[in-house]
Amino acid sequence: MTYDLQRIEGIIEAHRHRPGATLPILHDIQHEVGYIPADAIPLIASALNLSRAEIYGTITFYADFRLEPAGRHVVQVCRGEACQAKGGGRLEAHARQRLGVDFHGTTADRRVTLEPVFCLGNCGCSPSVRVADEIYGRVDEELFDEIIDQLNSGKGKH
Amino acid sequence: MAIRVYVPADTTAASVGADRVAAAIAAEAEKRGESIELVRNGSRGMFWLEPLVEVETEGERLAYGPVSKSDVPSLFDAGFLDGGTHRLGLGPTAEIPYFKNQQRLTFARVGLIDPLSIPEYEAHGGLSGLRKAIACEPQQIVAQVKASGLRGRGGAAFPTGIKWQTVLDTPADQKYIVCNADEGDSGTFADRMLMEGDPYCLIEGMVIAGLGVGATQGYIYLRSEYPRCWKVLNEAIERAREFGILGPSVLGSGKAFELEVRLGAGSYVCGEETALLESLEGKRGEVRAKPPLPAISGLFGKPTVVNNVITLASIPIILACGPEFYHDYGMGRSRGTLTWQLSGNIKRPGLIERAFGLTLKELLYDYGGGSASGRPLRAVQAGGPLGAYVPAEDFDMPLDYEAFVERGAMIGHGGIVAFDDTVNMLEMARFALEFCAEESCGKCTPCRIGAVRGVEVIDRIKAGTDLEKNVQLLESLCDTMQYGSLCAMGGMTPYPVVSALKHFPEDFGLVGERHRDKR
Repeated sequence: MTYDLQRIEGIIEAHRHRPGATLPILHDIQHEVGYIPADAIPLIASALNLSRAEIYGTITFYADFRLEPAGRHVVQVCRGEACQAKGGGRLEAHARQRLGVDFHGTTADRRVTLEPVFCLGNCGCSPSVRVADEIYGRVDEELFDEIIDQLNSGKGKH
Repeated sequence: MAIRVYVPADTTAASVGADRVAAAIAAEAEKRGESIELVRNGSRGMFWLEPLVEVETEGERLAYGPVSKSDVPSLFDAGFLDGGTHRLGLGPTAEIPYFKNQQRLTFARVGLIDPLSIPEYEAHGGLSGLRKAIACEPQQIVAQVKASGLRGRGGAAFPTGIKWQTVLDTPADQKYIVCNADEGDSGTFADRMLMEGDPYCLIEGMVIAGLGVGATQGYIYLRSEYPRCWKVLNEAIERAREFGILGPSVLGSGKAFELEVRLGAGSYVCGEETALLESLEGKRGEVRAKPPLPAISGLFGKPTVVNNVITLASIPIILACGPEFYHDYGMGRSRGTLTWQLSGNIKRPGLIERAFGLTLKELLYDYGGGSASGRPLRAVQAGGPLGAYVPAEDFDMPLDYEAFVERGAMIGHGGIVAFDDTVNMLEMARFALEFCAEESCGKCTPCRIGAVRGVEVIDRIKAGTDLEKNVQLLESLCDTMQYGSLCAMGGMTPYPVVSALKHFPEDFGLVGERHRDKR
């Protein structure tokens, strides 16, 4: 995957003077590139006067940040208790089976990465699934397949 | 005059199609030449009725729901714009018993107004608390919060006024107000609903806090799982700045307050206040040892108020109506209202704001209508993933901080997740430990190692290997975690585990009563 190092430098420049700039920088880089490229780490470290180890440590602490590209779409299935109480366990199993991957895995065609998530705050209409900024409620096996079919056909909103 | 039609833009309403319904209503109105004003409000918190569409006729709001896109033409055919009868008609929203039998103080405007309209916010009582606060000395503001009896709604229930007093009394060149909007507990969504449905209420509460303790900068630490909140809050802050609620001179008072939203990155433990501060500073979200308290040495080493969204959003009404007004609600040392959040296997999930003192039974059956599946309810988990499982025989307990603690449970942030009799409590106990292993920050050993070992021990219990011995081991491990962990993550993970074991020994392969008596 290619990316523009200048864009990354621009992001760092835009945030470096803010107090506690690390997370805003990492979010913006990941939004731009899809992951945090290894090349970005020394740039961030140098701009914030921190060590590369500190930046790496921060990246790896948080579930959101990834050091490798994900599939084209990231599909998150909620594992929270409120979803489990409404058949979330069945939905998790179905998602794994339908996509042929385990959690954190990416399909062979690199279209979909399956991730667990611990609560989307959508507990009133559980079980829930998130794709990009779209959250789906009352998701059963059938609706899950519909969401995936839409992504695969390219007709999805994402 | 255009007829006002309300379709919530709330995450949960949208998750079941509210955006599609709104688009369909706009298109259908245009097609029929009807003049409507479409308002995207917050949710009323009756989630089984979402998407809930409301029409304002003669000053009254009439509700229809749950509405799907395909219902829209028939709603127009039925003349819903004039309150026409339709199979989805629910009558006046304010008369729906679930809603009517609430005491909405903090949530008074959520679902009622256009969340981003400052004029509507003001017309419904907004900013009057801030105006009163501006006329007060800082100590008077803090004294009113103390007198209200408000306790932190994030889960720890610490008296808010005392925390503020500490920050006020600590001299510093810079102080901070940090809003903990990292609402990670499964089964909770009150913070999200408030931020999406009435963001200015939170902003106003934070500005008052700033005036009260002498802080000029605020941060809202928002979890990244809430993309709609992110948009609403940023837009609201922008408008509040233009209006003069934020900036160098708050409403012309000459006192400054600035506010910014920062995004978390998918870490549950960052809801713990010191881990949150580390994260805001750009570091790994590892818990700090206390003392020093954040009120003395918090964000960037400065005195910091860290309060939950609902705590801060309760401040405006306390200042506006006076501390006695707020204190008059509730029981014992639990004053005011709590926003209960009902979810899981329940017929009518939603948000219920009520004074402390009603019972779990009332909440689950009178409001919730029992299980969604129609099977008997077997247990509820109260207070998030670190909260205890309460068995059906204890459903008569009053909802009050102290009553819960007496029974080894906690109210936490007010989330109640219901399970029917198909739940396997050994699996839920295992999940609690698995969750802790996943989300532990790793700083202290009981939490980091204990959670992993706990999953292994439960797996041995599940397999029936050396049952009594492994149950003892699990209990001993939970004891170590509870008393030896640095924060609530490791310290409270034992709650769901031990309560499951105590109340549902049969799920662990134990002979029920004998084990229960022994404990």
